[in-house]
Amino acid sequence: MPEGKVVFKRPEALEEIPTHYCPGCTHGTIHRLIAEVIDELGIREKTVGIAPVGCAVLAYHYFKFDMAEAAHGRAPAVATGIKRVRPENVVFTYQGDGDLAAIGTAEIVQAANRGENITVIFVNNAVFGMTGGQMAPTTLPGQVTTSTPTGRDVKLAGYPLRVAELIAQTAGAAYVVRRTVTQPKYVRSCRKAIKTAFETQLAGLGLSIVEVLSTCSTNWGMSPLEALDWVEDNMIPYYPLGDYKVIDEVKGLE
Amino acid sequence: MAKVLMKGNEAIAEAAIRAGCDAYFGYPITPQTELLEYMSKRMPELGRVFVQGESEIASVNMVLGAAAAGKRAMTSSSSPGISLKQEGISYLAGTELPAVVVNIMRGGPGLGNVQPSQSDYFQATKGGGHGDYFPIVLAPATVQEAIDFTILAFELADKYRNPAMILGDGSIGQIMEPVELPEVEPKPPPKPWALTGCKDREKNIIRSLYLLAAPLEARNIILQKKYREIEAHEQRHAEFMLDGAEIVIVAYGTVGRVAQTAINKAREEGILAGLFRPITLYPYPKDALSSVIEQAKVFLVLEMSAGQMLEDVELVVKGRVPVEFQGWLGGRVPTPTEVLEKIREVADKHTS
Repeated sequence: MPEGKVVFKRPEALEEIPTHYCPGCTHGTIHRLIAEVIDELGIREKTVGIAPVGCAVLAYHYFKFDMAEAAHGRAPAVATGIKRVRPENVVFTYQGDGDLAAIGTAEIVQAANRGENITVIFVNNAVFGMTGGQMAPTTLPGQVTTSTPTGRDVKLAGYPLRVAELIAQTAGAAYVVRRTVTQPKYVRSCRKAIKTAFETQLAGLGLSIVEVLSTCSTNWGMSPLEALDWVEDNMIPYYPLGDYKVIDEVKGLE
Repeated sequence: MAKVLMKGNEAIAEAAIRAGCDAYFGYPITPQTELLEYMSKRMPELGRVFVQGESEIASVNMVLGAAAAGKRAMTSSSSPGISLKQEGISYLAGTELPAVVVNIMRGGPGLGNVQPSQSDYFQATKGGGHGDYFPIVLAPATVQEAIDFTILAFELADKYRNPAMILGDGSIGQIMEPVELPEVEPKPPPKPWALTGCKDREKNIIRSLYLLAAPLEARNIILQKKYREIEAHEQRHAEFMLDGAEIVIVAYGTVGRVAQTAINKAREEGILAGLFRPITLYPYPKDALSSVIEQAKVFLVLEMSAGQMLEDVELVVKGRVPVEFQGWLGGRVPTPTEVLEKIREVADKHTS
């Protein structure tokens, strides 16, 4: 048998189990990036994750570390409870746009404002995916969804919420960035951001959040490849990728 | 032991601290705000966790997190805030997490007022949030009981892995009485299910979601078994002048206390009145109440509500004996005179 070197394998922090996500869903990629970072930082055995209500409600089946379910939008509050009593653990939430930016607006803003030492992975795909594609706070103007069948009319339904920009204004947030996973270069950048986010927590510097522009090909009614293009053509212009707040101490970690 | 003069809200907080409360999360609302303020001072002094959450909703979810992490956690509020917490309490019950919730009841519905009331009985004892579950509910009538039951609440919550509620009315929270603060050696049980990081073990998952009917049915059957155990072993009540009583007053909390004064006067007038005072509202002390049916000519239920515990009494009595009722609404607290007048009226009707 020729000698070989393992250059790629399933991360330890990811369970060997098929997921329920749609083919082409970017949850799969994002789960993997989180697991890789957790392995790299060697923190699997002290990580506690909090799953949202949304397509990722079953995330606790896919990660190999302690996880809790939270009610819709409440994950940052649950995370606060865990991290405050067990500061030695690494605590992160994984939330969609309905969870974080609709019902959970108060919880995320206030957790950031308090500078809770938690990490938030915010999966923004501009719809409520699990419930079949309704308008979300991040649905774009004119976007057709099952609850905006003629397209989002900003006069009636308001404007989309730019979460990274909003959270960056809180004093307690230490690392607020927006990335995407539509191309390999973006995937690599997203992975790096997730790593910096967890390192921010390990250094006790405040709240870290990575907003990831994501696809929902099923509810957008397009193929997975078309959906990746839709993110680049429509979401990135409205939600620019970039670093919205990086405090000096975090710059030192990058 | 020396007695100290304490306000109810603060006594509850101090009792929780002695019971080993690791974390308190709360929000201001009259008439329980002193509890939050007391915790804000004492918990940091002891190196424990205090967070004033952005809402009652956030606070109960912080409790859920701390409980999931294996710690003793508590929140407190008053009626409208407890309405907000119902989702969180349902999740606590569904995920089998121990936690203590304090409700210092005020007038309702809606914004109501800040006067004492007992109009959250249904909410407290019949689940309150969605799904088939019950919090354990303890109803103190004095500041001393508020202390003792707070300590008991932490123990019962841990024993059964279930939320436990202290249901007091605004008076209990606000009055000052001489009390004994017990020295307590908190003995929380081991919590191998807690989220502490999966070092040297399989991962733990805290959840209440079971997508298919069969597993969720199985879960609910487990929960129901637990509730039957709680009902079998944790019923508590107190009695006052129940010996030979023909008119059995059923009242809890502050109303029970007022009734005692009225009963003393009634007995002087030759009216054979006595008090059955539930302490656990869930599990309702059905067994003890049933054993009083034989001696009673009439039950008189008194509540600061439109008649909520009344239904539980009627369920136990099952029409064998008349059940009369008087309620005080809008935050009105009964006076002994009002209660005495009602006792006389009931005596005239049922015992002459």
